[in-house]
Amino acid sequence: MNGADTSFILVCTALVLLMTPALAFFYGGLVRPKNALNTMMMSFTALGFVGVAWALLGYSLAFGGEAGLLGTLAYAGLRGVGLEAQGTIPHVLFMAFQGTFAIITAALISGAVVERMRFSAYLAFLTLWTLAVYSPVAHWVWGGGWIAAMGALDFAGGTVVHINAAVAAAVAAIVIGPRRDYARLAQLPHNVPFTLLGAGLLWFGWFGFNAGSALGANASAALAFTTTLLAPAATLVVWTLIDLVRNQKATAVGVATAIVVGLVAVTPAAGFIGPAAALALGGLAAVPSYFALLWRARTRLDDSLDVVAAHGIGGLVGALVTGVLASRTWNGTVDGLLFGNPAQLGIQVVAVLAVIGYSAVVSFVLLKLVALFVPLRAEAVDEGVGLDVSQHGEEAYTTGHGAILISPDASASALSAAALSVEGGRA
Amino acid sequence: MKLVVAIVRTEKLSDVLMELFKAEVRGLTISSVQGHGGELEHVETYRGTTVKMALSEKVRIEVGVSNHFVEPTVHAIMRGGRTGSVGDGKIFVVPVEKVYRIRNGEEDQEAVTPVRSVAAAR
Repeated sequence: MNGADTSFILVCTALVLLMTPALAFFYGGLVRPKNALNTMMMSFTALGFVGVAWALLGYSLAFGGEAGLLGTLAYAGLRGVGLEAQGTIPHVLFMAFQGTFAIITAALISGAVVERMRFSAYLAFLTLWTLAVYSPVAHWVWGGGWIAAMGALDFAGGTVVHINAAVAAAVAAIVIGPRRDYARLAQLPHNVPFTLLGAGLLWFGWFGFNAGSALGANASAALAFTTTLLAPAATLVVWTLIDLVRNQKATAVGVATAIVVGLVAVTPAAGFIGPAAALALGGLAAVPSYFALLWRARTRLDDSLDVVAAHGIGGLVGALVTGVLASRTWNGTVDGLLFGNPAQLGIQVVAVLAVIGYSAVVSFVLLKLVALFVPLRAEAVDEGVGLDVSQHGEEAYTTGHGAILISPDASASALSAAALSVEGGRA
Repeated sequence: MKLVVAIVRTEKLSDVLMELFKAEVRGLTISSVQGHGGELEHVETYRGTTVKMALSEKVRIEVGVSNHFVEPTVHAIMRGGRTGSVGDGKIFVVPVEKVYRIRNGEEDQEAVTPVRSVAAAR
């Protein structure tokens, strides 16, 4: 047990938790005002539903044993997760730190299904997905499973978090179908400053995500911290330059997206590559994601907030380039292709393909399972009115005009009995 | 001349505009309004406060047209704005006493006739 490591991971856990509200702002700004609360709620509810599922079962499935495919039920309900050392930090802290990763990963998926998914179905899918997809994959890569045994490099979750969530997002977008207005009406971001705020807070939290994945206050954490600063910086520069060359205008939504893409790409590489390599990786990662966004918008795939282009393509570039640029000089353990170890790239490819395949199949099954009990889509009329009013009975932006107070005991009061209760369709 | 005033659903505005442009109706003004038109009001709850929202967000469209353009305009708005449920809105056709075009002082019929082409007018 080490006090410095413990205090560092305590702070990092709080930083990673902040990423989920940050994601709510990032996503919330990109949708229309009538769906702003619904979109933000998709992230905020993950804090609770995934947090509880993680404590009750998810943690045990991911970290309860060293078997190849899955953990055990040894830690179910956090039985046996105490103050003893796990590495150099208390076991409960390790569990909490990993829990914040589970929360943000599940919340990432929501970007593909906003403005149309029924909220109860979303909550069910979110919770089941954490247990059936996230926990096993986290076990494979970090919990002593078969991908770890194979020697795949995933410092902070490029494969476990980003590719995993992006594949589930693509499957969900296909199964649920596009928004009714998709490719018919322009659906513009309603609050770009929210999106910039979210991107900024995500970057801040990501220092905890990547540096904390060193699981100690040490040189590896310092390296991960530095690459987390440099890679998104390079992505931002390249993205903005592409914007300027193509349209003569540097866009704010583009900058927000570039920051996320750079962060995603450096996630698997953070503690394995040097600072100069991080600049190269960040700059390189801008290109495929930039053009994937343009291409996706012309297809019928309504991955509404481009989870695939940002997290899928960005995660893929990061995972593969980690196998190229990893350097023993920096990480002390393993070299990539560029430093004479081409086999590492092969291992990275196998890990990525395995996660893509597993996440796609099980996410599809889970969606179909939830659909047996509750329709995945909101009613068409609710989609038109907006999901804030129809799913939550609240509005993000209301003047309060025409709001008649209903006092708990006065259902027959003069106001509520006014000639307003006319029969008819929904407002 | 007539002034066509339509109150439509906010989520149908794009469809209405598309139909109006297809019908070659060019000059129009829109504004955000709130109103009540017989639709069932929805209930919202904020902490302990429950309220009935008696007013719904709508869009008001105003189009000044010459007489023979009234029918196409009204039909375009109905095509674009109709969902079939209560709350689709209303169209009012109001007589207009006088119209002036500010730019050149044209009056009445000429003033509500759209300029054929912006390029030609330059």
